This record gives sequence, structure tokens and C-alpha cells, in this order.
Amino acid sequence: MKLDTSGLESFPSLILHGNDVAGEISAPPSFDLPNSNDFDGFLKEAIQMVKPAKGTTTLAFIFKEGVMVAADSRASMGGYISSQSVKKIIEINPYMLGTMAGGAADCQFWHRNLGIKCRLHELANKRRISVTGASKLLANILYSYRGMGLSVGTMIAGWDETGPGLYYVDSEGGRLKGTRFSVGSGSPYAYGVLDSGYKYDMSIEEASELARRAIYHATFRDGASGGVASVYYVGPTGWKKLSGDDVGELHYHYNPVTPSTTVEQEMVDAAAA
Amino acid sequence: MTKQQANWSPYDNNGGSCVAIAGSDYCVIAADTRMSTGYNILTRDYSKISHLAEKCVMASSGFQADVKALQKVLSARHLTYQHQHNKQMSCPAMAQLLSNTLYYKRFFPYYSFNVLGGLDSEGKGCVFTYDAVGSYERVGYSSQGSGSTLIMPFLDNQLKSPSPLLLPAQDAVTPLSETEAVDLVKTVFASATERDIYTGDKVEIVILNASGIHREFMDLRKD
Repeated sequence: MKLDTSGLESFPSLILHGNDVAGEISAPPSFDLPNSNDFDGFLKEAIQMVKPAKGTTTLAFIFKEGVMVAADSRASMGGYISSQSVKKIIEINPYMLGTMAGGAADCQFWHRNLGIKCRLHELANKRRISVTGASKLLANILYSYRGMGLSVGTMIAGWDETGPGLYYVDSEGGRLKGTRFSVGSGSPYAYGVLDSGYKYDMSIEEASELARRAIYHATFRDGASGGVASVYYVGPTGWKKLSGDDVGELHYHYNPVTPSTTVEQEMVDAAAA
Repeated sequence: MTKQQANWSPYDNNGGSCVAIAGSDYCVIAADTRMSTGYNILTRDYSKISHLAEKCVMASSGFQADVKALQKVLSARHLTYQHQHNKQMSCPAMAQLLSNTLYYKRFFPYYSFNVLGGLDSEGKGCVFTYDAVGSYERVGYSSQGSGSTLIMPFLDNQLKSPSPLLLPAQDAVTPLSETEAVDLVKTVFASATERDIYTGDKVEIVILNASGIHREFMDLRKD
């Protein structure tokens, strides 16, 4: 299948003269490939050198009022936490969100590319693209790079003419329509909380609290997830960020320390005795 | 018949550390000047810092040949931008350009760990931190390179700013003054030099503020 090189468009139309100096920069778009006998092995090594953000927890679900999307914000490179403030919920356009799991650069780049394609669709067709269409665009791009080592596990959530939409798309080329998804190393923990608390007829407050709790529990048990739990809501007027809470603080919010049993209290009593 | 293996690698790691700190109206970018390969020191006097645009400076550690190529590509693209738009690129624009440039080589990456520092269009300090294939985020401070695992926890301790993801949103820049930030950078490099063999010799510190660009050097341990 022909590789999708639209992400590499480098404005040849702006350069009017066939100047050799500019020619290098505006050459037809293509990815540089190494001249190696073992492309597969070379890529595997390059990926080890390069790939962060495999550990993560993201989730999204559809309910009566729309779509709720939540994620943590930790990026890890092996055992080192490279960032606690990664934006894992990517704003593709004012009514569509994408979540990031897997390779950070892959997710950032292709989500941005998807946003551009969605905008071009709007201009060409005078109407917004559907969530079905947007997720298909992304899935087709990722399928064309299948086997080349991209790592993307994303959920496309949005509101279009048919109502709320949620799709799971990954770099193996998979695309699934669904009502509840969680992706990442912390997803088993998030599913546990999400599935047991889910009701279709929740209010927005109940749904956002459920999403926040699910992320919190995943960060509690999964070492590769942590940082800030962000919760977004997608409704008929587009997406809105509902909350961003540090999971360390959420821990004490959900498990308050009762004053009568503090260690300090016990130490004072012991010293007095 | 067994698969043929490559008997050389196109990559090497020349070591070194970079740091950048953003302030309310300044930005400090620093990198050591040691270039190594394996246990050998190639030179004690190599600049890892590149002045990409008027208000935008990049420090990169990793494989310096890839860094040099990357710097050349970026300055060529910046020159084209200046011819087409009749103005300098802003720091956030250069940040996006760097991200895309890195990602274009997704299947044969630049082995370059970058930190971009400068002033945004409001004159506030901004720092962008990257991985080798282009994922980036705007932060208040960052370090990359062989000493980053030693430097980052110290910067977290001294500069920890509220996460930009918190709601309501809070400012990421540090409340430190320019001289305090420069002192912090000097301290940080002195400490990293103690425990990282690839960091040392000298630290080159670049300060960007409203009055322009200022560069200073400080000697570090040469062992």
C-alpha cells in the first residue's frame, strides 16, 4: 500500500524558481531510509533509543450527555520519568479530541496531520467531517505504515451530526467503534473502576468523577502512569476541559487523613507518657 | 544462510548535558563544552548551542554530527522563512519547525536531544523540550543529555512549577530573577560534572532577554 506522505508536504508551490539551493529543501516528500541490510533490526534498535511514553493510562466512554475523555500525564523512558506534564489529550479541532498512548512523537505528529486533513475536508465539502470519517483517515494512514515501527494507540472522540462518536485506532491498523475504551499500561486498573461504576444515564458531574477516579486508581497501581489527571467532556457544542488534578492531591482527597490518628499525635502522646 | 548484520553503526554518542530555564522576561540556555567518544575526550571546547533566530536558541546533546546537520537544516529553513515573510521566526514557530524536522527522519532519526529556549511574542521566557523524534512540550525548565538524570531532580526540587495541565491554568515560568537563574545553572553543572564523566571542562551560558543576547563561560572540572 502506498505510504501516505501528506505529513511531509514541504510547500513546493511557494518556491517559484527551480533553484538548486532551494531544491534540497523542497524536494518531493519522502522519508529518509537507512541503507541497511536489516531494516527491521535497525528500526528496532532505533526505536529502543528513541521511544518514550509507552506507559500511560487513557480512557474514553460515551454516555447519555456525550463523550467523556480522560488521561494521565506521565511519560517514561524505560525507568526514567521524562515528563510529568505531557498533554495526552490532543485537541484535533474544537469538536474532536484524540488521546495519546504509545510513541509520543508518533501520536503528536499524526494527530496534527489528522487535524489538517479534517480542516481540508471542511473547506472542500463545506461541512464538518464525521468522527467515523476522521478515524478512518487516521486508521488508513497508520495501516500504510504497518510494520515500520510506529506506536500509536489512540481514541478519537467527537460529536458530529449523528451524535457522540468514539473510535479506537492503533498502529497495527485496527479500528474499532465502541462505547467504552481504555488504552495503556494502566488500562486494566482503569477498566476495573470504569466498568463497575458505568451507567448510561449518568449526569456530566457523575461521569467526570467516574473518569477521574478511574485514572487516579490506574496511577496508584501502575508505575508508568501518574502526574495530572485531565478530564475533558465532548458535547453538542464541542469539547470542554472539565478538570486537571494532580493525582498526588487526589489521593488525599479520596483517602483523607483523619485528625485523631495522625502519627504526630501518637508521638506526642508517647513522649508525654 | 544466516542474515547479514551491519558491522558498524551510523550513530555515536558524544555526551554532554544541556539545560534551559524560562523566566518572566528572560531565558537561560546552557550546555557544557566537552565532546567525547567512548572514554576519550575529543575536545574541551565544543559549542553545543546554536542561535537559530533573534529570540530563539537551541542546545543539543547526543551525536554532534547529527546535531550539526540539524542546525544547518533549521537555519536554512529560517532563512527561507525570512525571505518569504520579511520577519524573524518566533520561538513557538521554531519549536514546531524543529518538531517536524525531527519527525521527518522518524525512520532514521537524528540522534539529537534538544532543548529550545527563547522569548515568546509577549517577551516571556519559554523553553521547549524534545525527544529524538520530535515530540515536544512547552515547559518552565528542562535538561537533556548524559547528565539530565542528575540535573532534572535538582531542578524539580528548586524550580518545581505547577503543571500546565492543572485547571485553572497556572503560569509555568519560574519566579527567579535572571541572576538567580544563572547561579542555579552554574551550581547544576558543577554538580553534574562531579558524577557524570561526559560532563565537564566548561559550561557555556547564553542569556536571552529584552536587551538582546549575552554569553558567558564558566570553568568546570576537567577530569
